[in-house]
Amino acid sequence: MTITQNRRNFLASSLGLVVAVSLPLRGRAQSGAALAFQPDGTAAAFEPNAFIRVGEDDLVTVIIKHIEFGQGPMTGLSTLVAEEMDADWSQMRAESAPADDEKYKNLLFGLQGTGGSTAMANSYTQMRKAGAAARAMLVQAAADEWGVDAYTITIANGVLTSGDKTSTFGPLAAKAAMLTPPEDPPVKDPKDFVLIGKDRPKLDSQAKSNGTAVFTMDMDLPGMEYVVIRHAPMLGGTVASYDDAAALAVPGVTAVHQIPQGIAVYATSTYAALTGRNALTVEWDDSVAETRSSDQMMKDLSALATSETGLMIEESGDITSALTGAAQTIEAEFHFPYLAHAPMEPLDAVIEVKDGSAETWGGFQFPGFDKQAVAGTLGLDITKVKLNVMLAGGSFGRRAQPSAQIGSEIGAIAAAAGRDGSWKLIWTREDDLTGGYYRPMTVHKMRGALDADGNITGWHNTVVNQSIMAGGPMEMMMQDGKDPTSYEGSVKMPYDLANLRVDWVRAESKVPVLWWRSVGHSHTAYATEVFLDQLLEAGGKDPVQGRLDLLKSDMTRDRAVLEKVAAMAGWDGQKVKNGKGYGVSLHESFNTYVAQIAEVEDRDGFPHVTKVWCAVDCGVAVNPNVIRAQVEGAIGYGLGSVLFNAITLGEGGVVQEQNFDTYRMLRINEMPAVEVEIIASDADPSGIGEPGTPPVGPAVANAWRALTGTAVTTLPLTTPAGA
Amino acid sequence: MTTFTVNGEERTVDVPGDTPLLWVLRDELKLTGTKFGCGVAQCGACTVMLDGMTRRSCVTPVSTLEGADIQTIEGLNTPEAEAVQAAWVNIDVPQCGWCQSGQVVSAAALLYEIPNPTDEEIDQAMAGNICRCASYVRIRQAIKDAAKTLEG
Repeated sequence: MTITQNRRNFLASSLGLVVAVSLPLRGRAQSGAALAFQPDGTAAAFEPNAFIRVGEDDLVTVIIKHIEFGQGPMTGLSTLVAEEMDADWSQMRAESAPADDEKYKNLLFGLQGTGGSTAMANSYTQMRKAGAAARAMLVQAAADEWGVDAYTITIANGVLTSGDKTSTFGPLAAKAAMLTPPEDPPVKDPKDFVLIGKDRPKLDSQAKSNGTAVFTMDMDLPGMEYVVIRHAPMLGGTVASYDDAAALAVPGVTAVHQIPQGIAVYATSTYAALTGRNALTVEWDDSVAETRSSDQMMKDLSALATSETGLMIEESGDITSALTGAAQTIEAEFHFPYLAHAPMEPLDAVIEVKDGSAETWGGFQFPGFDKQAVAGTLGLDITKVKLNVMLAGGSFGRRAQPSAQIGSEIGAIAAAAGRDGSWKLIWTREDDLTGGYYRPMTVHKMRGALDADGNITGWHNTVVNQSIMAGGPMEMMMQDGKDPTSYEGSVKMPYDLANLRVDWVRAESKVPVLWWRSVGHSHTAYATEVFLDQLLEAGGKDPVQGRLDLLKSDMTRDRAVLEKVAAMAGWDGQKVKNGKGYGVSLHESFNTYVAQIAEVEDRDGFPHVTKVWCAVDCGVAVNPNVIRAQVEGAIGYGLGSVLFNAITLGEGGVVQEQNFDTYRMLRINEMPAVEVEIIASDADPSGIGEPGTPPVGPAVANAWRALTGTAVTTLPLTTPAGA
Repeated sequence: MTTFTVNGEERTVDVPGDTPLLWVLRDELKLTGTKFGCGVAQCGACTVMLDGMTRRSCVTPVSTLEGADIQTIEGLNTPEAEAVQAAWVNIDVPQCGWCQSGQVVSAAALLYEIPNPTDEEIDQAMAGNICRCASYVRIRQAIKDAAKTLEG
């Protein structure tokens, strides 16, 4: 998502950070493997408004304010701290911060949250300052202990040295804890970085390779019951009446309650709960549900594209004259389906209610919203609710819920039970795929103008889709009724297109929509880079040189990644070679610049991608190992969706795709080889979780068009309308 | 009542016979390394070893398991499994990690059958295990690395 606030103000107000260096209980320390991490469920021995804890056993634990679901903040933010402390990597540990919108706020959002590929961008200075403060306190403690001047002390690999005196961090922790943290400690000059910029192993790989990593669904509390919910089959539907007699007769089912989200079945095991749910009879009230089919909704969006009811988002020059005076005009209408995020761990949460307080565990991406929801549903004061952020088995935006969807559900489950106890909510894959909160269905209606020499002289794009922000707490971020997440990436393009206009028409539906990895860019990159490719082809231009010629002079980072990827792929202007098609794309998102070239074969009439080259500039590459992993994964994620995926509402509005047999995931035999190069940069780090996803679709589509002559404007590519 | 061996230990459970092994492992035996991803044998997150073969535990009724020998990620200790896990950590295969228990079980089984698999053999053997983070590039590489380690 794009939530832009004044970064400088946030940084200025946030630097009153508190670094508590204190003694944890010895038993808390993790022994052995340097690769362990520590999700913390025990009482803390330090003030919680802190990012760093140093133990007498020398372990440095970094409290990570961003949820870890594979994108690497546990490793990345710990690297920043270790760098400034001059710690040894083997002594670093990480644990998730609990929900606290003040102490652990995302400096770009103003509240605790992970999204918009901002984890590193907003933490870069903050966590380095935190590390530098801890370092200064350890140095001062050593100076006092040894009776030397602080400036005589050096630190390397977690060892302080002055003359013949040496110490690790642990023996100094108690003394350091008595000192006042410096307010604005200096951070290193980047040329002195030891850890930042080099490949670093991830802190969580070991626990995620041997089954010991604990996710929400893995939690077990004494006496805990298992709960599944029968949600309305129609999006927007509600319960009219229900019969739970057969469900209650299932051995192990302990209760059935109606909650605002549907009918909740409580049981002593997951399977009993699922069996009980199957035995429910529910009559639904669909009077306010979405009853249109996807086909009908797409027709409606298409009609809106020419309705002239939209908002003008960007304009330069005179597009009307450019189109009427053109030697050639080209039109295309792109259709993008609803998409489900489908994280491998379906949604879930655990709650324990005891003596007027509640503790909750889950993969919460905006934990403050969920904490409020738990308090609200249970009628508890917010101070009586603790909310723990767990490792999550993927998200891709699904857990970033301003609606506090899961906090509300787990709270309602406990409230309906009406007693002290503990409960685990489990969603099935069917719940996940049919449960809404999709990437919005979208239409891009494009018109381009060419002059007699094949130069692009006009560009008109009308984007039609639902707003993600409208109707929730994010609506306040919208200005003049405009939701930038609907059209981001179709505006402020790096190219000089002479006469340009971009409009947005807001569509309405009962289908709830949400940010899906790269949000608006997930469709704008495809529409703009495929249409641009078509215009370049019509004008007789080369896909690489044509783009380079169009780039505005100050778009140096766009230029660099495009030139780099062309060199990586050995681009020679031939779009088809040895029976394979090659396609190019260039797209910036979340301040990260990405260019890709895809190599595609025709296998029985369907595209098969054999290789993707990718050049990326995300500023300072804190950990190239993680950046490459994110780009590899983002390419696979984007590729699977453009090849295979659509969530479709059938006649009457029921979602057709129920599980992975019909909502097909990219598998290893469909994964291309991926070559990634990272542009060296000293710019502040930007995002990497999402920016690899938008360019893969257009690169593949452009290669496919080169190979087969088929321009794919309706996704996915493997639908009859596509390939 | 069904009695079988899990990770070398005899276990007896008293649950309805149609209960999938997955939920027996997770809810009854508290072995939560084996994951739920789809419930219909489409994703492989629930993969375990059953009498020496990979098996999707989400569609395996416990009534069929009398006397069976089961290994889960927690008890996997063959040379192939250890080489696979070391390779997984060495090049940081996991992202979110949810699918990786199943990936590791499938990869270890592959190397037991085919010590030096080609890319195609890897793709074929691992195509039943979905990774939504698409860590596939590193899965391929780690399997090759593990094969090398096992070669000595």
